[in-house]
Amino acid sequence: MLAIATKIGESLLLILAVLVFNFVLVYIAPGSVIDALSAGSLGDASEAQIEAVRERLGLDKSFFGQLFMYLGNVLQGDFGYSPIGNRPVVEMIAPRIFPTLLLAFSALTFAVTIGIAIGTAAARRPDSFLSSGLTVFALIGFAMPVFWTGILLILVFGVWLDWLPVAGMNDLRMSSRAGFFERAVDTAEHLILPTVSLGVIFLATYARLARASMMEVLQSDYIRTARAKGLHESKVLFKHGLRNGIIPIITVLGLEFGILLSGAILVETVFAWPGLGRLAFEAVLNRDTNVLLAILTMVSVTVILANLLTDIVYRLVDPRIRTGGRA
Amino acid sequence: MTTLRDTTTLADTRERPPIERYQGLRMFMANKAAVLGAILLGVILIISYILPLFITTDKLAYVASRHTPPLTEGGPILGTDYLGRDVALIVMHGGSTTLEVAGFAALLIIFVGATIGAFAGYYGGMVDRVLMKVTEFFQVLPGLLFALVVVALFGASTATIVIAIGIVSWPPIARQTRSEFMKQKGLEYVKAAKAIGASNARIILRTILPNTFPILIVQSTLTMGAAILFEAGLAFLGLGDPNNLSWGYYVGLNRQYFLTNWWAVSIPGFMVFLTVLSLSLIGDGLQDAINPKLRGR
Repeated sequence: MLAIATKIGESLLLILAVLVFNFVLVYIAPGSVIDALSAGSLGDASEAQIEAVRERLGLDKSFFGQLFMYLGNVLQGDFGYSPIGNRPVVEMIAPRIFPTLLLAFSALTFAVTIGIAIGTAAARRPDSFLSSGLTVFALIGFAMPVFWTGILLILVFGVWLDWLPVAGMNDLRMSSRAGFFERAVDTAEHLILPTVSLGVIFLATYARLARASMMEVLQSDYIRTARAKGLHESKVLFKHGLRNGIIPIITVLGLEFGILLSGAILVETVFAWPGLGRLAFEAVLNRDTNVLLAILTMVSVTVILANLLTDIVYRLVDPRIRTGGRA
Repeated sequence: MTTLRDTTTLADTRERPPIERYQGLRMFMANKAAVLGAILLGVILIISYILPLFITTDKLAYVASRHTPPLTEGGPILGTDYLGRDVALIVMHGGSTTLEVAGFAALLIIFVGATIGAFAGYYGGMVDRVLMKVTEFFQVLPGLLFALVVVALFGASTATIVIAIGIVSWPPIARQTRSEFMKQKGLEYVKAAKAIGASNARIILRTILPNTFPILIVQSTLTMGAAILFEAGLAFLGLGDPNNLSWGYYVGLNRQYFLTNWWAVSIPGFMVFLTVLSLSLIGDGLQDAINPKLRGR
């Protein structure tokens, strides 16, 4: 329990570090809000008026004064105002969180389940074509730029074969009175291609990891015992083998969550998926810094929480870690 | 005097059984995939650096009607883009832009990663704890998003892009270098160097660092591949130099026309894929040559 409490404490510190870091970035960046405003709406403002705006925004305060003001605002859920969207940043971000998480988890589930299945099959027959080809597949999967995979998938499955929808989260023609179930099926269809383009980068990596770890596990004594006592092969593999073989994958899962969400930005842009990534892309085009910073904060916090969660799951799956140090 | 004699005997142990020269090279050559990777990379380098020397036409000039498909009679071999420009020419010139940004970024990544890893691994203790926390911090930052913020705040110059890629990508190198330094610093040759009174700086730079080169070289090929993908992603999102169209930037430019013009998006994307693949194949081959135990993993 103490270990988990420490982990939670560390995660909170990390989140604080991310916030401070964000603030410092904006603080040292050239140009300020005042410059932007005096070029636009405050065009012919007097010195005194500019001074008043500066004071209202807290820009007259010292570095630490401004830092604490920023931290205080963020802790209250106030990420500032977006001059482009003409709304508080929070209102722009909130509806985008669910689609991104949906995409990320869907891609992760796809990569992990299929990766483990391929890896386990390869571990059982180390000399098969599947096993020897896995390294090459992994290299190919790693080398494909996500946005390129996405565009190719759209061309093949969306345009030439015309099997799947290629843009957005729901069909625009869908009636607003469509039931929940109908809507969910439609979203699932829209989810397939983005999931595959994002998941493919990780699929081969997980398959490789699963193979390496399962090969080791399948040679151990307790697997021989399980087989000797006449357990069904599927039980040996999934109940005895996988439970240990899955541990290295869980470790990587948390660490790669950041890469996953980075990839989501590109995939969302390609597939017009209404998530945080596409919002980030639009914010970059419009130089909407407040929105970008808020997204960076949100995503960093998500990654930190995912790592924390991984760590806790890790302890639940592997009792050895609970008692001793990490192997 | 005894200590002095001790160190000389320790130094003598450097005379190991003769290692076959070029053994690593031979193992690399035996790896067909790695050789294929090296050949691929060679071809890509020729296309990006040698071929442009012989072509004097303006790469951005109008050559044929818009969206002319590849292999059309009278049109350029790989077709034209949405402005009627020669896709083959632009893709050829895009190689150097992509490779240079990624190359500088990879150098920065290796430099920062190796420095931090070396300090953490060599000094251990508090230094290690602090540096590893810093590493962890940069590892959880969502890389591409962070780079987007940096480039959006500080402007899309080559320098900012290189720095943005560098800041977020060094943690894996730092971890590798650290674990290598921790392994090496307990070995006898390092103790010997300490015994003859070498300074810490000397031990880090001259004694241990050369022994981590094999691993760093493998890592740099992989890092270079990752940096190319990173640059391509940023450029695809529009953060690049519009006068020097990198492959990713060109895919981004052509994206909205991809329904009528599939070649202008797939060809530059394919070049990114090929380049990263060739680097990964080489890295994998080098890894096998250095550490045959890991083969097939």
